[in-house]
Amino acid sequence: MSKINDFAIKIATVNGTGSASANGLLTKSIFRMGIPIVGKNYFPSNIQGLPTWYEVRVSKDGFQSRSSCIDIMIAMNSQTYSKDMNDIVSGGWLIYDSTWPRSNLLNRKDITVLGIPLSKMCNEHFDGTRTRILMKNIAYVGALAALIDLDLDIITKLLEETFASKKHLAKSNLDAISLGYDYVKEHFSCPLPTMLQPMDETKDHIMMDGNTATGLGCVFAGATVGAWYPITPSTSLMDAYKSFCKQFRMDTETGGKKFCIVQAEDELAAIGIVLGATWNGARAFTPTSGPGISLMGEFIGFAYYAELPAVIFDVQRTGPSTGMPTRTQQCDLLLCAYASHGDTKHVLLFPANPEECFYMAVAAFDLADQLQTPIMMLSDLDIGMNDWICPNLQWDENYQPDKGKVLSAEDLESMEQFYRYFDSDGDGIPYRTLPGEHPKGAYFTRGSGHNKYGAYTEDSAEYQEVVDRLLVKWNTARSMVPAPTIEYSKFNSTAILSVGSCDEAIKEALIRLKEKNIGMNYCRVKAFPFNDDVKTFIDKHEQIYVVEQNRDGQLRSLLILDVDADPKKLISILHYDGMPINAGFVIDKVEEEITKGCVA
Amino acid sequence: MPKPIISHPKLPRNKLGLIERDYEGVVSTLCAGCGHDSITAAIIQAVFELDLEPHMLAKVSGIGCSSKTPAYFVSQSHGFNAVHGRMPSITTGANAANCDLTYIGVSGDGDSLSIGIGQFAHAIRRNLNMCYIIENNGVYGLTKGQYSASADVGSSAKKGAANKQSPIDAVGTAIGLGATYIARSFSGDKQQLVPLIKGALAHKGFALIDIISPCVTFNDHEGSTKSYAHTRQFYHHVIDVDFVPPANEIKAAYDDGASMPVELHDGSKVIFRKVDKDYDPTSRAAAFSFLRSSINAGEIITGLLYINEGNGDMHELSGSIDTPLSKIPYEKLNPGKKVLEKLMDRYR
Repeated sequence: MSKINDFAIKIATVNGTGSASANGLLTKSIFRMGIPIVGKNYFPSNIQGLPTWYEVRVSKDGFQSRSSCIDIMIAMNSQTYSKDMNDIVSGGWLIYDSTWPRSNLLNRKDITVLGIPLSKMCNEHFDGTRTRILMKNIAYVGALAALIDLDLDIITKLLEETFASKKHLAKSNLDAISLGYDYVKEHFSCPLPTMLQPMDETKDHIMMDGNTATGLGCVFAGATVGAWYPITPSTSLMDAYKSFCKQFRMDTETGGKKFCIVQAEDELAAIGIVLGATWNGARAFTPTSGPGISLMGEFIGFAYYAELPAVIFDVQRTGPSTGMPTRTQQCDLLLCAYASHGDTKHVLLFPANPEECFYMAVAAFDLADQLQTPIMMLSDLDIGMNDWICPNLQWDENYQPDKGKVLSAEDLESMEQFYRYFDSDGDGIPYRTLPGEHPKGAYFTRGSGHNKYGAYTEDSAEYQEVVDRLLVKWNTARSMVPAPTIEYSKFNSTAILSVGSCDEAIKEALIRLKEKNIGMNYCRVKAFPFNDDVKTFIDKHEQIYVVEQNRDGQLRSLLILDVDADPKKLISILHYDGMPINAGFVIDKVEEEITKGCVA
Repeated sequence: MPKPIISHPKLPRNKLGLIERDYEGVVSTLCAGCGHDSITAAIIQAVFELDLEPHMLAKVSGIGCSSKTPAYFVSQSHGFNAVHGRMPSITTGANAANCDLTYIGVSGDGDSLSIGIGQFAHAIRRNLNMCYIIENNGVYGLTKGQYSASADVGSSAKKGAANKQSPIDAVGTAIGLGATYIARSFSGDKQQLVPLIKGALAHKGFALIDIISPCVTFNDHEGSTKSYAHTRQFYHHVIDVDFVPPANEIKAAYDDGASMPVELHDGSKVIFRKVDKDYDPTSRAAAFSFLRSSINAGEIITGLLYINEGNGDMHELSGSIDTPLSKIPYEKLNPGKKVLEKLMDRYR
């Protein structure tokens, strides 16, 4: 059966052998053929030696969730042969390095095993152990190119661009491509029926990961202070911010940096640095993951109560505790929503893809300044570290940062008296002042009990007045945060409600369910607190499948807590094994629930 | 509680035309006789005499009795009473955003040497430009009298039990970590404190002043090594300094062999008046060995033990521009639409 532009390739390698550049070359070449593609990296918490996989899904329909089945396996790691062989769909192909023949291990009758002596060829052609290992990976890209009809000219151009300043590397890479390509052409019938054909679907699109997009968003939002403690999978966010700053934020006159990145001693300090900076009027952020949020708890509550802006990016990974640091999950929803002791709740933003990471990062800074409170944007490892196809990022030239209610020296000069926590506008948001502006603006920022004038208090009524006013602000936030994305038809009485990176799997599942005559509506929340559209959506349906990537149904809990949704209506579909959710899983679970309903 | 306003036409005014009262804060709520209140008074005098614009000072603190004190001085400057032990990170961020302000941090021995020792150490490592005061009483006051990490071996608590764990000495730790201005003093010695605070505020980098500040309620009894009586008995004024503001001539007569001026980055000077001619306050090794020998002898040496004006502060180390980052207009921070369009090519 031929499969044109609709198949999946999985590449099994050993961590630390340089397969990332080979895999990047493969995906980008397919992208440049105009074919929608997504690459997902499954890597260990390790620098060298453990197994790692890269999954490429070619999808003419533009589906970006993980594929449910593998058509072509490149098995470069003998440790995982048996597991890898079992992943292949019946009728599929397995390609392995036949320098060491392993026909006894690779014995599935319903697949085709193609042996290519990659190591042997590279050892003969290249000098140096490291080069030989690296080139073996490039050689499998060459072999694949012949098998799936990947355009060699595109690969050549891409390599020339990549190694523009290191011509000798371009040549050795091209040689390695040829080794794989020529061997395959000579020994097997090419191309396979599972193959590529040029399309025109990737024009005006890019391939970018969410952490890069977020880092770029921070630069465009005007953030100047970034504090962090390295933690997978958020580290590349600060790397991206730093690299963009080095390109766009150097003062041309003095050569000085118009940014300050502080690698803190821990996450407690990282969030403290952010709060010190926003107190002084800078836009500041910290990227982290779940364990970092746990450590930041005390300061997050402080910022909520003392009303300081902060932007926190939580690139979620698999918990609890250290969990699986290189696997994905959406397991910090409840943690972030109510981080810290006492009555606290926080505004959360949920991007579903790198494009949204860029725009939401900017929105996060505006909301933090407007609401004078921490804003947490929750992406995850799948969004943050994998390249996704996105429309070109756009910038509105008229954008100006909204710094919120900050009084200037002139404002203060003309005022009788400034009171920090006075709700003069009735929206629950007080006015603030920045240090160094004017003596009349001085106040004491504190996490201890304070009254609306900003003075210390242990008076019950004064204390309560302030925490009640924070609830007014909470409801103001509800109307300011991004509205959900809703697909609605009045003919459907059931729906899926979900969040973040589940989006691609659900969109694909909805299409495929519809083909089976199961019509469902869809609501994807983009923020917490939930705005009124979410409540209305829930009210309109008899049954709602809440799809999320954690064990405990955290989004479902938030819906019950925040908009008083009827728990009986909300049926959890939970995916929490650490791998990104896919459409097949959603379809199976929905059908299972429907069958259950019929039986009952 | 605000203090009543009484002003007298003959009160001395500084260059800004302000009187010392303009640098005061609200009435202290600490116990009568608390050493911390004396330190507050010394801070007020120092900033008044330095002609510091009140709103250009930023006061930061953590949690504990000491950390309450920023409310008691300079009410016209912003204060930040952070969470326990985390004042250094707040100051790091504040300073990263606005390097034009003068930062004074007030902490305690619990705040700095127990819960906050990590942040204390890393602020030193960054050479954060601030004056960091530890009001050191060897005890947790607000929770009623537990030992702190600075309690000396053998010092007994109010209820009689003697401490057996060795103390963390703030000054020794700071020398080890590479702080660039390190002093020790006593809350009861305003003469010595005021120039030390002025020097610390003028120093560009991390300036530590560890101040023995007896807790009259929980640690001022016989057997305590942080009591007024013990401190007065064993304390030695060994390395006093005078502070000379920028552009002022050095007027006092110093014996050349025993005095040494060190110029600070803003042109002001600290003049060391040394007891021992051979002591070099710019040598870390000398400072550490002097400190250790005095501790072994049971003496509390006070004064400016070490100074190093040569190390860059956090901003110099990270290469940020001189303009405070929070003051750069957005137009100069935003790469713009065209840059973004061009950047997209890299991701295809």
